[in-house]
Amino acid sequence: MEITSGDTAWLLTSSALVLFMTPGLAFFYGGMVRAKNMLAMLMMNFVAMGLITIVWIAVGASLAFSGTGKFIGDLNLAGLMDVGLGNEIFSAYPIPDTVFLMFQLMFAIITPALIAGAVAERMKFTAWVVFIVIWSIVVYSPMAHWVWGGGFIATQVKAVDFAGGLVVHINAGAAALALVLVLGPRVGWGKQVIRPHSLPLTILGAGMLWFGWFGFNSGSALGAGGLAGQAFMTTHVAAAVAATAWMLAEVMSNGKPTTLGFVSGGVAGLVAITPAAGFVNLLGAVIIGLAAGIICFLALKLKSMFKFDDSLDVIAVHLVGGIIGALLLGILADSEINELATGGMDQFGRQAISVVIAFTYSFVVTFIIAKVLDMVMGIRATETQEREGLDLSLHEEQAYVMAD
Amino acid sequence: MKLVIAYIAPFKLDEVRDALKAAGVTGLTAVSAQGFGRQAGHTETYRGSEYEVDMVPKVRIEVLVDDTLAPTVISTIETTARSGSIGDGKILVVPVEDVVRIRTGERGREAV
Repeated sequence: MEITSGDTAWLLTSSALVLFMTPGLAFFYGGMVRAKNMLAMLMMNFVAMGLITIVWIAVGASLAFSGTGKFIGDLNLAGLMDVGLGNEIFSAYPIPDTVFLMFQLMFAIITPALIAGAVAERMKFTAWVVFIVIWSIVVYSPMAHWVWGGGFIATQVKAVDFAGGLVVHINAGAAALALVLVLGPRVGWGKQVIRPHSLPLTILGAGMLWFGWFGFNSGSALGAGGLAGQAFMTTHVAAAVAATAWMLAEVMSNGKPTTLGFVSGGVAGLVAITPAAGFVNLLGAVIIGLAAGIICFLALKLKSMFKFDDSLDVIAVHLVGGIIGALLLGILADSEINELATGGMDQFGRQAISVVIAFTYSFVVTFIIAKVLDMVMGIRATETQEREGLDLSLHEEQAYVMAD
Repeated sequence: MKLVIAYIAPFKLDEVRDALKAAGVTGLTAVSAQGFGRQAGHTETYRGSEYEVDMVPKVRIEVLVDDTLAPTVISTIETTARSGSIGDGKILVVPVEDVVRIRTGERGREAV
C-alpha cells in the first residue's frame, strides 16, 4: 500500500496522543493515593516512558512485529537498524514503518504503567523497574504478536481486538491481579482510612486519558478514513454512556453522585470500547458503554469479597472492562462497519477463547516473574518505608512542601 | 494578661476577626486544626467504599489581651462564633506570666 500524507499525519498525531495518556494515567492514579506516595506513583508511570522505549527499540518491537511465528516474532528488527523512511516492512499500512513502530511503542509504554495502580503505595521502585522490563519482553511483546503481529490468536483463533482489549487491558488487569496476590495488602488496609489525596488531579488525569484515547482507538484504524471516524465516535459515545451509567448506579446504591465515580465510569467505558471501537455501530457502542458503567461499578466489590488490595481498582476497571468489551464485540460486531468480524455465536466463541488465553498467560507468567523477583530482590518496600511514605523513603523528595 | 484560645468553626473566622477588631483587639493568631469532640464526624465515599472521618476541621485562634479587655474578648467570640448547632467550639482562658515584644524588648502589659 502506498504511503499517504493524510494517513501518516493522523498516525503521527495519534502516536503523540497515546503517549500523552501515560502522564494522564499518572495523574489519574496519583490523585487517588495518599500525599506521601504521590511522587512514587507518578514515577512508576513516567519511568515506563524511558525504560519501555529502550526495551522496545532493542528487542520488543521485533519480538512483537517481525517474522511469521505463531507464538513469538523473531529478532530481525532488533535495534530497529534496518527501518528506513518508507513502508517496506509493514507494507500493508499506508504509513511509514517508523510511524507504525512508534505508534505501537506508545501502547507498549502505557500497558505496564496501567499495572502500577494495583500495586500503589507499597511496591519497591527498583523491583518495579526490573519487573516492567522483563514483563514487557516476556508478556507484552508475545501477546501483541499473537493478536496484531500475525500470531495464533489472529490467524488460528480468529479473535479480533481493535485497539487492545486483550493486549492492553485484560493483559494489564490479569498481571495486576497476580502482582497484588504476591505483594499482599498495604499496611492498615481495611482498618484505617486510606483515601485519595487530590481528586482534582485524578479528574484532570481522566480528562487527559479521554483525550488521548482518541489516538489510541481511532489511530488503531491505521489510517485516516471512515473506520477512524467510526472508532472516534464509538469511543466517545461509550465513554459518555459509561460515565453516566456509573453515576446513576452510584446514586441508586450509595445515594450521592461522586466525581471519582463519574470519571471512573468514563475510563471504564473507554476500556470496554477499546477492542470493539472499529467493529461496532453506534448502538453497539451504547450497549458496551452501559454494560461497562454498571458492571465495572459492581466489580468494585470483588476486592473486599476476595480480600485482595487492588489499590486503585485496576482489576475492576481494566480487567473487567476489557473482558466486557472483548466478549460483547463478538455479539455486536457489525460487518458493514468492518468486514473482519460478524457478530454472532461463532465470533463470540472465538472472543471467549482469546480472553481465556490472554488472562491465563498474563496471570501465570506475571505470577512467576513476581515470585522469582520477590525471592531474588524483594518486591515490597519495608514497613517503615511504607509508613513514612514512598516519596521520602524511596525517592528522597516530597510532592508538597507546605512552607518554605 | 490573658491568652484567650478558641476553637471555632472555620467558616466563622472572618466574622470573629472583624468583631474582635471592632472590640479593640490589636492582634490574633489563627491556625488550621482538626480534632474531635461531641460533634460526630462525617462519611466519605470513594468508589463505593465508605469511610468514617471523625477528625473535623476547626480553626484555633489565640488572642493575647490585657486583663481588662479579656471579658469583652470572650463574650465577643462567644456571640459571633455561635451558630447554635453542635460543633460551634470552645473558649479557653489561660493566665499569661510575661510577654516580650522582640523588636523593642518591651515587657509585660507594654508588649501586649
